[in-house]
Formats: sequence, structure tokens, C-alpha cells
Amino acid sequence: MSASNTDFVLAVEGLTVSFDGFKAVNDLSFYVDKNEIRVIVGPNGAGKTTVLDLICGRTKATDGSIKFRNRELTKMKEHQIVRAGVGRKFQTPSIYGDLSVFENLEISFPRGRSVFGALVFKRDAEVLQRVDEIADMIFLKDLLHTPAELLSHGQKQWLEIGMLLIQDPELLMLDEPVAGMSVAERRQTADLLRRITRDRSVIVIEHDMQFVAEIADKVTVLHQGKILAEGSAEEVKKDEKVIEVYLGH
Amino acid sequence: MSYAGFKTLFPKSDLIGFAVLAVILVIVLPLAVDIFRLNLIGKYLTYAFVAVGLVLCWGSGGILSLGQGVFFGLGGYGMAMFLKLEASSPENTAIQSTPGIPDFMDWNQLTELPWFWEPFHSLTFTVLAIVLVPSLFAYIIGVAMFKRRVGGVYFAIITQAVAAILTILIIGQQGYTGGVNGITDLRTLNGWDIRSDEAKYIFYFLCVFLLFVCLGVAQYVRKSKLGRLLVAMREMEDRVRFSGYDVSNFKIFVFCLGAAFAAVGGAMFTLQVGFMSPTLVGIVPSIEMVIFCAVGGRLSILGAVYGALVVNWAKTTLSESFPELWLFAMGALFIAVVMAFPNGLAGLYSKYCEPYIKQKLKSFRAGRGGDVMAEGVAHERQ
Amino acid sequence: MFADYSTSELMSIFAMQGFAGLILFSVFVLMALGLAIIFGQMGVINMAHGEFMILGAYVTYLTSNVFADYMPSLFGSYFFIAMILAFIAAGALGMFVEWALIRHLYKRPLDTLLATWGLSLILQQIYRSVFGAREVGVTLPDWLMGSIQLTDIVEVPINGIFVMSLAITISLIVAILMYKSRWGIQVRSVVQNRPMAGAVGINTARVDRLTFGLGCGIAGVAGSAFTMIGSTGPTSGQLYIVDTFLVVVFGGAQSLLGTIASAFTISQAQSTMEFFLSGSMSKVLTLLFVVGILMLRPQGLFSLKVRR
Repeated sequence: MSASNTDFVLAVEGLTVSFDGFKAVNDLSFYVDKNEIRVIVGPNGAGKTTVLDLICGRTKATDGSIKFRNRELTKMKEHQIVRAGVGRKFQTPSIYGDLSVFENLEISFPRGRSVFGALVFKRDAEVLQRVDEIADMIFLKDLLHTPAELLSHGQKQWLEIGMLLIQDPELLMLDEPVAGMSVAERRQTADLLRRITRDRSVIVIEHDMQFVAEIADKVTVLHQGKILAEGSAEEVKKDEKVIEVYLGH
Repeated sequence: MSYAGFKTLFPKSDLIGFAVLAVILVIVLPLAVDIFRLNLIGKYLTYAFVAVGLVLCWGSGGILSLGQGVFFGLGGYGMAMFLKLEASSPENTAIQSTPGIPDFMDWNQLTELPWFWEPFHSLTFTVLAIVLVPSLFAYIIGVAMFKRRVGGVYFAIITQAVAAILTILIIGQQGYTGGVNGITDLRTLNGWDIRSDEAKYIFYFLCVFLLFVCLGVAQYVRKSKLGRLLVAMREMEDRVRFSGYDVSNFKIFVFCLGAAFAAVGGAMFTLQVGFMSPTLVGIVPSIEMVIFCAVGGRLSILGAVYGALVVNWAKTTLSESFPELWLFAMGALFIAVVMAFPNGLAGLYSKYCEPYIKQKLKSFRAGRGGDVMAEGVAHERQ
Repeated sequence: MFADYSTSELMSIFAMQGFAGLILFSVFVLMALGLAIIFGQMGVINMAHGEFMILGAYVTYLTSNVFADYMPSLFGSYFFIAMILAFIAAGALGMFVEWALIRHLYKRPLDTLLATWGLSLILQQIYRSVFGAREVGVTLPDWLMGSIQLTDIVEVPINGIFVMSLAITISLIVAILMYKSRWGIQVRSVVQNRPMAGAVGINTARVDRLTFGLGCGIAGVAGSAFTMIGSTGPTSGQLYIVDTFLVVVFGGAQSLLGTIASAFTISQAQSTMEFFLSGSMSKVLTLLFVVGILMLRPQGLFSLKVRR
């Protein structure tokens, strides 16, 4: 099945993946606009993380198509998808604990990605300036030379977001970015998200409905690998099927 | 290279470490011991090549290869084939039924030189083959494994199986390889007797020189972004992959580099010890090479050199006087290095010695002003 | 290589080598079962597994000597006692090793590999000090001697049939233990979610110790079986460790059925080729074949596609 070309940044059509017969994602279709913030919500096991895995190539789709700016992603390798402009943050903070904050950001800087390129890579003014800029944005400017494993949980989440920002992706996917954060950190993160999402499309997985209402342009509710409802945060909250799934059991 | 570039490549502490090692290997040891012992030390140093490669693969990149003996052996056999052909000139082998071929081929009823031996008449080809053949072999294994995301213990077991396969093959194909005895009775290199004391001195210094070349390359790799990427991959491979890197290429590169180092070590082994045999290729020597690296400190390239020296020196001393104790000691070493000091000698040094030395140095400087000598001597214990 | 033989001869050769391979198969299965339990269920690489097997072999050797010296009338039945003793000895040593060494190294598989290699060196030296460097052999009781003549060329040794039925029985017992008993459920739940298993009241440390002990105990029984096909020396175990690991990995580490199937494939391939090629070449080809397959299918032959 191959989808037609569209104006959307991301067009997912008929996406299905099955693990030994269990369909974790079942005939899923949705579209993300330019500069849109899309939030995916749903109960545990609804297939939210799997959808992100499929888009970034971590899991191979059984059927269906994922088009990013009209390029088919399902056939591409992970690093090619990243280079095409898709960035993804994992649920648990994935950073390099033995390296400093600076080195974490530097490694993510999109240059010298081949073996030879990495061997001759130089820390020039452009790299230094960009790392500075990003570190400022993610509130870690004073901690540039701290080993990343010494950061707090919230700071690690920000660092990983920063590692994505330095690549300037056109589509940013965040898996539960505020999970485990304090109230103050949550507020800062919401602020951060609003700033970084100005010129790019974002897909966020989140449970906290208040946070969702604060940031979402559009909400997609997943249930058992299928779309249960789609619309603004207000619409979705009133939807009877959604209420039943969330409160019915 | 600019001065600033040099400073990033060799920060002060690393530079001192390199200098101390150079002083020990180039000046102290040749003056302190006789040529017999120096030749032994040269032999230990050939294992240091392997250990330095393992620091990059295993320590930095988290790729544990239990088949480094394969590459050590390929390099060593390459060198041995050249020397054996020179030793088997028709005049030297006139009493054989087929003169001009190596003696073991004659014993195994071969009547002509196998095709893959032919190019080893040329020294240039041999030198190239010593580095390229093992690297190519490592590349093939690397592509086959890393592109399919085989890693960790699976990679370790499969490299071990490769070591087993090559050993069985070498032993089984006596006519082509010299079998279980290996390739022995090597005499001259381009007419120059390699068994003389003079040759042994020269080979020792050549070995030290090449070791420093490898250490320099390793240092460059570790200080480059590739070095940091290896650490990043070891910790969070998926994050590196989803930062736009083809992770497998970096693993293949560092595995090939480790193989090339090991091969140079193997060739130097043949030159200094005068033979090459399957006992240096198989599972047991391969895993022992890992322990040299682990004892020195899996994160420190200089530590790896000291590890190779110390463990081999202990092996020689212990097996000379208490042969039955050696296996106990070796076994205990494996367990201790894993359980008690995972960062080896280098880890012990930076944990206990370095703070102490810095402390002493500080008070010393406060008293009389700075003195580089004290620091240099202190670093010998690294 | 087949051209020199007639069809009927070939059939007989295959049958004969097939039966010969069955003994190798039995040792592989017993070794690999223990290893698969330890590796597949606990993620621990036990490089000393061969030495646990050899412990079983030495126990069998000692038992046979004791019977021969003190109870010659009961000599026919010594093997059963020896098997039980081998299981107990290897299992007890295994539990001790788990307590002293392995439990500190969970989640560091490469380090367990190195530490158990060290253990294997120590055990080898102990065997050498206690039993001497020379290989020892056991005398088989009369009823295990001889063979059954099937056709003119094909004959099946009785000890081979015995060893094989032993391997099958033990495999069945292990399968029942793992999939039917309460203990098996505990082991599998610890594998899948250690903190949760601990939280619902399973003593995970005890489960680990017993699992490791069981794996080593089975290796001890493999050692008993081993005495029938080879003589026992301090380093005999080391020869089997790589093959056994390949058997486990080839079969897919989590699957007992896979382990048995891959032990069968590897032993049969090796045994059949041995007739036509030299022993070393058939071994090389078998190992190459397995490594090749593993490159194509790294997860092994029998493993499920699971959600990551």
C-alpha cells in the first residue's frame, strides 16, 4: 500500500505492525501539518510508543506507509530517517552519562557523521556557538562541563531535547517529555516546548491532560492500536468513547 | 600540527605518561637487562599491540573480541611465510625430494609451492599483506556481524568460534601451514641473520617504535570525535543511531583498526621469537590477550602496555619456578580484575597514586618551586 | 565425495554415522541444556561449564573405582549411583560459585564470561593436582558393552543407546520442570521481570542459585555420559565449550526445543562429514556452517519475534 503525495509534513496511512499475530498498531492513518503540535494520548498498551518507533524506523512496519515530506520512511534505515529531518526523544532519558553536557551536544551536532568525518571533526567556532545557544535554551548553560550522569532527571530530559534541537529537525517526536518532572520543571518544559516548536512540527506522547491542553494543536487518542478520536483537546475530552476507555475500567 | 592541536591530542598528563613509557622502553630497560631478557620483553610488547587494540574495541567501544589471536596469527604467519621461503632456498634444501620448498611441505609430499605462498617471496607484498589481510578479514567479519546488529556476548562467542576454526584449519592442513608445530627454523631477512644479538636489538627498537606509532594512532582516535562516539555507543547505542550515525560503520572501523594493530604485533613476534605456531592463534591465547588489556585497565592505552608487560613477566617468572601455580594465578587474575578492580592498573593508579602524588608535588612545589623530575619518576608506577 | 560409493553403501554409511553422531548429540544436548538454562534464563555466560562436566566425569571415575574395589558384585549398577553423585557434586559446586562469584556480576555478561574463564583455569589446575595430568578412563559394566547388529555394516553400540535415552529422559525432566512446575514458573517470571517477581514474594536470589546449580548439575550428568565415549583429562572440558555455546546460540538461547534441534543438526552434520573428510575438516565445515547461519539469523533458529 502506498500513499499519495500530500502537503502534510507527515502522512501515515494504513500503518500496521504485528508481533506474532498481535497487532500493536492496526490500520492507523493520521496526518501532521507544518508547524503543528500533535499530542498522542491513550491508555497503556495503546501503541503510542510503537507508532513513534515505526516512524523513526526502530520497528519495521508489517504494512502501510509513512511519508515524511513525501519521502517514504518505511524503507529507510534509522540514520537516514534522522538525516532526512526526523528527531526522536526516548521515554527514559537517553544520554551519554560518561560524557560531559558539552560532548553530548557536540556529538549530536549534524556534521562529521561518517567514519572519516568523525576522525577529522574539529571544534570550530560554529560548533561552539551552536552548543552554547542550545545549552542556553535548555537551561544547562552553567553545566556544560559536568558529566551528564550527574544531572537531575529533569535536566537529563532537557539535555536529550537539546541533543535533538541541535540537529534542527523538521519533525520532532517526544515520548513523555515531562514524565518524572517536578511542577516547576514541568512549567519550564512547557515553556521550552512552546519556544522550540515555532518552526517545526512536533508529535508528543503525554498522559498529563492539563499539560496536553496547554500545548496541543490537535490530539489523537489511540486505543488498542487504533484511533479512537481526533480533534482539539476540548473536543477529545468530551468524546464519550474516550471517557469510556479512560474511566470505564 | 599546530601547538593548540597538539595540546588537545596530548594533554599534559597523557604527554607525561607517554614520555615515561618511552624512557622506560627505550633507555631504562635496554640498559638494565641483557639481550636475552630484552628479547623476552620485546616478545611481551608484541602482545601490547593487541591489548592497545582491545582498549579501543572493548574499553571504548564495548565490543569484546575473543578472537584477536586470529589477527595476531595472520600477521605473524605472513611474516613467517616470507622468512620461511627465504630459508628454503634450493641450496639450503638440496637434500629434500623437492628442493626449494619449505621442509614441512616436503614432509607432507607436496611437490610444488601452493599458489598463496608465491607472493610471499616479495618483502613489499609481505609487509602490505601483514596489515591488509587481517584488516580485510576483520572487515568481512565486522560487516557480517555489525550490519546485522550482532553484538555483546554473541559477538564474543562468534569471534571465539572463528579463532577455533582457524586453529583447527591450521593444524589440519599441515602441508600448507606447518601444522601444529607452526612455521619454524627461520634464519635470515634479505640475507641478514635475524638470530644474532645485533638483530635482536634492532627488532626490539623497531618493535618499540611501531608500538608508539600504534599508541599515537590510538591516542588520535580516542581524542577525535570518533573516540567520543565509541563511548557514546557503548552507553546508549540507540541514541547514537537516532542522532544520524550508522553505528555499524564505526564498530567495523575500530574492529579493523584493532585487527591491524594485532597483526603488526604478530609480525613482530615472528621476527623476535623466530617462529609462528597455532598455539598463538587459538581460543586460549586470544582470551589471555583480553586479560592483558583488562589488567592494564580497559580504558587506558598506556595501561594496556603495562598490563601486557606485567602479566607476561609474571607468567614467565611463575612458570619457571612454580609451573603448577601459574594457572591458579591466572585464574585468580581473571576473577580479581572483574570483581575487584575493573579498571585495572590504570584505575588503581588514578584512584590511589595520582592524588597522593599530586598532594606530595603540591607541598614540594610550595617548598622549593616546581620540579618536573619528581613528577616523571612518580609516573613510572602508572 | 559420494561418487565412490554405491547407493546402498551410502545409506549404510549415513545410518552408521548417524548412530555414531547420536552419542555426540547426547553429550551436546546434556551440556547445552545446562548452558541454555544458565545463559537463556539468567543471561550469564558460563565458560567454566566444561569443567563442571569434567567434575561429573571424575566423580563417575571415582565411583567406578570404589565399586570395583569394595562392591564388585554391584559393579553393574555403579553408573546410576555415579550419575546421581555427579549431579549433586556439580550442582553443589555450581551453587557455591553462584554465591561467591556470579551473583555479583548480573547484568555484566561480558564480565561473567571473563570471570568464569578464570574459574575454569583454576578448576583445571585443581583437577591436574588431584587426578594427575594423564587422562583417565572408566571400565564400563558388562551390560553396556557390545553392540546390536542391524545389517551387515550397520551396528549400534549399546552404550550409545543408553546415553541417548539418558539425554532424552533428562531433557523431558527439564522441560517438565521449566514449563509445568511451580519452580519453573518462578524461574521464568524472574527472567521476565525481576523486580516484579521479587515484589510478589519470589526469593529471586534463591531462584538464581538453584537455576545455576541445576544447570551445572546437568553438566555433571553430561560428564557421566562423557566417560562412555572419551577419556577424562583436566582440559577435556575446554574442548567442548565453544561447540556447546554454538549449539545454544544456534538454537536460540531461550528455547529448549531449539537447543535440542540444534544439537541434533550440529552433531549429525559433523558425524556424517567425518566419514568422508578428515575429522578436522568436518569440524571446520560444521563450525563455519553454524557461524554462517548465525550471521544470517543472529537470533538463532528458534526464537520469537518480540516487541522491543
